[in-house]
Amino acid sequence: MSAEDRGGPAQPLLLVNELSKHFAVRSGLFGRGGQQVRAVDGVSFSVAKGETLGVVGESGCGKSTTARLIARLLKADGGEMVFDGDAVGAYGGMALKDYRRNLQMVFQDSFASLNPRLTAIDTIAYGPRVHGLSKSAARQRAVSLLARVGLAPEQFGSRYPHELSGGQRQRVNIARALAFEPRMLILDEAVAALDKSVQAQVLNLLQELKAERGLTYLFISHDLQVVHYLADRVMVMYLGRVVEIGPVAALYAQPRHPYTRALLAAVPSMDPARRTERSPLSGDPPNPINPPSGCRFRDRCPHAQAVCAEQVPLLRETVTGHWAACHLDDPRSGHAEAPVMLS
Amino acid sequence: MTPLLSVQGLGVQFTGERTVTALSDLSFDLAAGEVLGLLGESGSGKSVTLRTLLRLHPPRSTRVTGKIELDGQDVLALRGRDLQRYRGGAVSMIFQEPGMAFDPVYTIGDQIAEAVRAHEPVGREVARARALQMLDRVQIPQAKRRLDAYSHELSGGMRQRAMIALALACQPKLLLADEPTTALDATVQIQILLLLRELQRETGMSVIFVTHDIGAAVEVADRIAVMYAGRIVEENGVGEIVAAPRHPYSAGLVASTVSAAHRGQVLPTIGGSPPDLSALPSGCAFAPRCAQASAQCRAQPALVRDAARALACWHPVSDYPS
Repeated sequence: MSAEDRGGPAQPLLLVNELSKHFAVRSGLFGRGGQQVRAVDGVSFSVAKGETLGVVGESGCGKSTTARLIARLLKADGGEMVFDGDAVGAYGGMALKDYRRNLQMVFQDSFASLNPRLTAIDTIAYGPRVHGLSKSAARQRAVSLLARVGLAPEQFGSRYPHELSGGQRQRVNIARALAFEPRMLILDEAVAALDKSVQAQVLNLLQELKAERGLTYLFISHDLQVVHYLADRVMVMYLGRVVEIGPVAALYAQPRHPYTRALLAAVPSMDPARRTERSPLSGDPPNPINPPSGCRFRDRCPHAQAVCAEQVPLLRETVTGHWAACHLDDPRSGHAEAPVMLS
Repeated sequence: MTPLLSVQGLGVQFTGERTVTALSDLSFDLAAGEVLGLLGESGSGKSVTLRTLLRLHPPRSTRVTGKIELDGQDVLALRGRDLQRYRGGAVSMIFQEPGMAFDPVYTIGDQIAEAVRAHEPVGREVARARALQMLDRVQIPQAKRRLDAYSHELSGGMRQRAMIALALACQPKLLLADEPTTALDATVQIQILLLLRELQRETGMSVIFVTHDIGAAVEVADRIAVMYAGRIVEENGVGEIVAAPRHPYSAGLVASTVSAAHRGQVLPTIGGSPPDLSALPSGCAFAPRCAQASAQCRAQPALVRDAARALACWHPVSDYPS
């Protein structure tokens, strides 16, 4: 059922260009006022075949909205997506049904994302049935997938969601996503709600599945440690924009954007002798309804200057494959600290 | 020296359709000015411990056994006015979800002032001044304006600061913190952890900090007690727990904490999942998930204390042949 690889290994599996989504906010008397939340504002990136792209950021940064836009659970206000050379949702492009079969999603809340009236087997078999597989073939696929994700079918197959633990439910969700034989999975905080010991089991399972099925992951998480472990490249978002994107080793070792540096500095040390002494940032992420002009990070940024309020910094490639959107990085920006290369 | 808080053989059962044993034979001491981290996964009994300390469980459906003493006072025997004075006066609590803990129809300032007046014979003006002083203390910018704000007008981090201000308004000797940073963003979490550490140092209060996140515990705690299925399985200084855990469960928890060092490798895991508290296995509750389990583990290992550390295991990690 899986669609064959068409563009070859060099062609990105997913290309996202200038994606944006604005939500209207009701405010004032009778809901007038016409304010907007620019939840996702001109986000562009690509995901290579077989790669894991980690997406990090704090609440309100637009990472989950981006996931929902890509999965077409929300309709974008602007921008385009190309899946292995085929435009998505455009005239003459890929049919939505094919797109959805190729791209599946696993959500954070394992309970809310399962139908409480379907058993584990029925949940997994439902999708393939809809996509035209016979009842017995769909069931057979469900049984083998359930076994593959580590749940014995004879023991767990006939259980309902409330009869499963959080880790087991998330395994069912993964199996359900795989039942379509997709090429890409969007994992939106898929391990965030699990206990640490169970989280490690599910992460190992995801790694195994990726290797044996040649999957591509978009892995969204607020946990920088998990992203460091799993991702090949990392994208950092802040208030609806991409502020930095690059290979995982480079981004963690030499973060270019002040926000990325703050995020990394906020990870608790595991050593009581080297406790964090100073908070890298003050204040909370600002309200996305009225983001600051220019660089959206500037009111929390220790390096902010006049130019940061006037001009929106664009993503620039500093080292090969490593992009950051900060005036500090741009010698021509007019930022006083700019020529001094960041350590 | 007598400890500030002494918990002896505490057991909690919830009765109803099924009987759930949430805590069994829990014993620990807490010195004045000490920060104890309770570390465990969901269902380990860490939040139940805090709620029992504050007597928050409905007496009709809860069976509590054992003894809790704070400053020589028998906590489980408190009734009426004495219990009210104890809650929020001697001991207070901050919660994971500050948005749910505040009353949405009163301002932050009113709620802090109300708590002050419930415990101290002071007038409105004095109580309000104390509320303002508390908001300043927890480093809320423009505290004067925030005094008249409702909880929904504050961001998550500010709300948690206001919650801490409320909890500390009557200078409790003991602060119970139930996952106070779990719902917060990373850059806000570290601010709150630093604030708690600073306030603890200034006031000299004792703190019990409940968390499932070893990293957060390491940032604030002096000592860590690891809980599993309603019991403490290991207790030790925070450095020792992280560097040399002795219970197989603590060792598994520390090892399965994801870090960059694991890249490209399979993560070490603890197989299985935490037990059902309404059908606990006899003996060591961790035995079904433990690689070292033997016939001996069918008997419950006692929590053995020596000096500052404690352990409940028949086969501690350091005993393994290497």
